[in-house]
Amino acid sequence: MKTIRYEQLQEQLFYEKLENGLDVYILPKKGFNKTYATFTTRYGSVDNRFVPFGQTEMKQVPDGIAHFLEHKLFEKEDGDVFQQFSKQGASANAFTSFTRTAYLFSSTTNVEKNLETLIDFVQSPYFTEQTVEKEKGIIAQEIRMYDDNPDWRLYFGLIESMYHEHPVKIDIAGTVESISEITKDLLYECYETFYHPSNMLLFIVGPVDHVKIMEQIRQNQARKTFRAAENIQRWHYEEPTEVAEAKKVIEMNVQTPKCLVGIKAKNVSRLGQEKLKHELAMNVLLDYLFGKSSPHYERLYQQGLIDETFAYDYTEEKEFGFALIGGDTPDPDQLATELKQTLFQFTTIHENELERIKKKKIGAFLRSLNSPEYIANQFTRYAFNEMSLFEVVPTLETLTVADIEAVASECLDEKQLTVCQVVPKAR
Amino acid sequence: MFQEQIEQIQGLRLHLIPTEKYKTNTIVFKMKAPLRKEDVTLRALLPYVLQSATKTHPTMMQLRSYLDDLYGATLHVDLMKKGEYHIITFRIDIANEKFLKDAAPLLSKALELLHEILFSPLLENGAFSTKIVEQEKRVLKQKIQSIFDDKMRYANLRLVQEMYKGEPYALDVHGELQDVDQIDAKRLYAYYERALKEDDVDLYVIGDVDIAEVKTMVERLFSFSPRKGNALNDGIRKTKAEVKEIIERQDVKQGKLNIGYRTNVTYNDDDYYALQVWNGIFGGFSHSKLFINVREKASLAYYAASRVESHQGFLMVMSGIEPKNYEKAVKIINEQMEAMKKGDFTDEEITQTKAVIRNQLLETIDTPRGMVEVSYHNVIAQRKRPFHEWLQGIDAVTRDQIVQVAKKIELDTIYFLTEKDGENQ
Repeated sequence: MKTIRYEQLQEQLFYEKLENGLDVYILPKKGFNKTYATFTTRYGSVDNRFVPFGQTEMKQVPDGIAHFLEHKLFEKEDGDVFQQFSKQGASANAFTSFTRTAYLFSSTTNVEKNLETLIDFVQSPYFTEQTVEKEKGIIAQEIRMYDDNPDWRLYFGLIESMYHEHPVKIDIAGTVESISEITKDLLYECYETFYHPSNMLLFIVGPVDHVKIMEQIRQNQARKTFRAAENIQRWHYEEPTEVAEAKKVIEMNVQTPKCLVGIKAKNVSRLGQEKLKHELAMNVLLDYLFGKSSPHYERLYQQGLIDETFAYDYTEEKEFGFALIGGDTPDPDQLATELKQTLFQFTTIHENELERIKKKKIGAFLRSLNSPEYIANQFTRYAFNEMSLFEVVPTLETLTVADIEAVASECLDEKQLTVCQVVPKAR
Repeated sequence: MFQEQIEQIQGLRLHLIPTEKYKTNTIVFKMKAPLRKEDVTLRALLPYVLQSATKTHPTMMQLRSYLDDLYGATLHVDLMKKGEYHIITFRIDIANEKFLKDAAPLLSKALELLHEILFSPLLENGAFSTKIVEQEKRVLKQKIQSIFDDKMRYANLRLVQEMYKGEPYALDVHGELQDVDQIDAKRLYAYYERALKEDDVDLYVIGDVDIAEVKTMVERLFSFSPRKGNALNDGIRKTKAEVKEIIERQDVKQGKLNIGYRTNVTYNDDDYYALQVWNGIFGGFSHSKLFINVREKASLAYYAASRVESHQGFLMVMSGIEPKNYEKAVKIINEQMEAMKKGDFTDEEITQTKAVIRNQLLETIDTPRGMVEVSYHNVIAQRKRPFHEWLQGIDAVTRDQIVQVAKKIELDTIYFLTEKDGENQ
């Protein structure tokens, strides 16, 4: 077991790679009641074409299957795992993103038992035709719920406009039609391919004894047999650099229009530390241009073009990356024009301004460490991209004016920009 | 467990909660007044005007730059309703300098800033700045309108409006759209001066802080005149008449079913803990009857849950369903309610629910926000329930008490937001 110390933050992280390839991290947190654990696989909605384990040909699977599998893994021959967790005083959950599926629990008692339940249920799939059919009605209602949600439609509308080929543009839950094609055999195929321990990461944060917990996990894994780890072959989508379409308008049953401007990342091939630096520099640029302390935010707010729903974010994964900026607005066209203008007028950032934004981001990072959920989920996301959550502050500190200018000149290109709007349906 | 020390400093109640588990310190200020139609829109506007500018930081850009300089201190305001009270909250969260390379003290700066926001707002001619008030009126109108766009929130709001028609609880915390335009800078400022004198005010400081030092700082900075406290008039609540059924049609793909009940049990009552356990078995969790029967067994919904409002005695069931399944879903929900009244639940369900509630309570006090929430119930209610009493109280609930509570719960209103006639057919 390795110990990694973060002196300034007064935190210690313990790490071990088990024989079967599983990465285990433990971050003891004194003073908290709750222990929070996530068990995550590098498998999300974008992994829809791959060579299934034991086969040789690429295979396309129905959209939404990673999310469907996440739902079904909770069901066992003797009932629902939720029941078991709640008997042990824990609350359990799971989520599927573009690139990850995570299973988690939090509990203030019976931590060892709950951890055992978490690992065991994720490592023992039980799918039947009957339970698969039953789930279709439930997920159909989840999809319908999002269909009526204008913010979700806006978000996916934007991504759809950015990407030509890459499956990031497909809704994580799939469609009512696509999930109807899912069978128990397909679920097993996906499970066998992506749920090998060597493709997964276990993170535990809370008031725990790291030596005992690590030993428990070693023993749990030693009791089970796993096949040898194999490289997973995923389809590599050839994605053009520029956006697929410049503008999309979605009519919905709403009263207030919404507008987002998206910037599609040009180069997502960076790895590790370099990727972290690029991602942070882009976020600093957005903070500088659109943060509440920026002249642009003040101007747009005073003009009545934005309100407190206004937000921005940049995120980058292995094969895709994008920024989004916007919110509710009475005039979506005017807001789009203003946001684009602000982006294109950027030339440089003053040294003082850069320092101010760094300070703000360092404070925000400290605040996020109050949250066990944030630590576990973000640590995992960073680790899957060969980055480290705890390098955020040191990396921020190294950013220079030239770094910010460099990301701006790379990303701010008309061909990389797209606009998506939700507007009230014409009567 | 958490330790809370309460000090009365003239009209202000100061709550000090020392803890070493966070990397930041949190300050929360709350102003509470009875919900009234004539005040609610003013109160909805007030904190947003106050957080826009101060005498020293007269523009949003200047105020927000100052927060950035304080290592990204955050300033948030929000509104909530607890029973028939309207509560305005200001929240500042600031880094603990011991985790920073340069160690200038930050907490005192945050308290000074809160003082400035409350007592030195940007004024012109003895009132708030007209420009800021007009700006925030526009934002408020947009916010009220946007509730319509979020169908889940809209359905919640509509149920409450229908069920509590004519009662203060029907009011939404964001006020009334048609009242926004009648507000001007002068009237708002006059209201604010009154609220500062009359509202119940509570200040929380949570973090790795020295109690005596913070107390001295607060005494030096804040001076709220003593106040008589604004207890609600009792006995004005309507009793239930006939069950109302409201069907509203819009262009939606999923129907939103919201059912309202009167629990006739509140935080002040002896059987409050029994109500919590009752709700846990009925619909509060993923092992509850609603989740199991509406979602897992009948595959009708993705979510099916119930929620209790502690001070109003209001219970709401929420589920998103296919429009054609309305009757089926209502029938299943009614059956679960009946099962609870008949005591048709196992001892294991009781034990399981108690374990989950206990866990939820302990998790709640892992966040500064959660600690304030737990403590503030005791500000609102007459009855005081310290945290350790919660744990014991839940544990002591018996099967009999749960059935007794079940029998008090009355169905009041069924609200269904559904598709327009003839759609998707």
